[in-house]
Amino acid sequence: MFRETLFYLLIVVAGTSGELCVTRAMKTIGEVTDFRPMSLLRVIFRAMKVGWMWIGIGQMALAFFALLGLLSLENVSLVIPVTALSYAFGALGGRFFLGECVTPQRWAGVLLVCIGVTLVFIGKG
Amino acid sequence: MKPSLGLRFKTYLLILFMVVFGPLGDVLLSKGVKNVGALSTWAPSNLFLFFRAVFASGTVWAGIGSLFTFFIAYILVLSWADYSYVQPASSVAYGVVALLGYAVLRERITATRWFGIAIICAGVFIVGHTSPRTTEP
Repeated sequence: MFRETLFYLLIVVAGTSGELCVTRAMKTIGEVTDFRPMSLLRVIFRAMKVGWMWIGIGQMALAFFALLGLLSLENVSLVIPVTALSYAFGALGGRFFLGECVTPQRWAGVLLVCIGVTLVFIGKG
Repeated sequence: MKPSLGLRFKTYLLILFMVVFGPLGDVLLSKGVKNVGALSTWAPSNLFLFFRAVFASGTVWAGIGSLFTFFIAYILVLSWADYSYVQPASSVAYGVVALLGYAVLRERITATRWFGIAIICAGVFIVGHTSPRTTEP
């Protein structure tokens, strides 16, 4: 049980922090408006020069290896929904780390997602 | 800030990519890792053997390819949309994961879990009706 809990924590905490850092990196790049392959490649190369991107990728890689370990122990249809607890962390991170306006309506959606996740966990067959 | 039709369209399109390729990658990874077997101990030599076997699996690499496609769509949409919008909006993927787990991996999914997934989708529906972008471009 300790192993599973550690893996879940790594997936939720490191995964969400990583995504927040990647978002900050992409916001410094600016809105992508040209979707031609060469333009997209240029955007990706520019993004790779932003420090936040590498901090984010490092944390997401850690979460990925934790996911691999957990998938060897649990069913995918249980593992993936339980990691949705990261929505609560994500909304907080969006508000305080990225300065987004998380409206009451958005919080309500996040709350429903968290309830759904709990039900998925309780319903483990 | 009222989002334009174009902004909504490209946001939904990239989230659709995420919803398709994310779950597909997860299921392929799961199938590949299950074939390798459970990680029994944390000994470094055992960890090395486990990951060597994992990365020798074609199914695992197909999963990684699918997740890479997901990641590109993800970082592109985050260049304009809020993280607190994209993250919950893309959780429709949970329904897709459950369906794929049931159809491909023959996993058992109880009624409570299906209900939980339905609640998650309702949350996504509510988030989807907020503006994708609340910060200045």
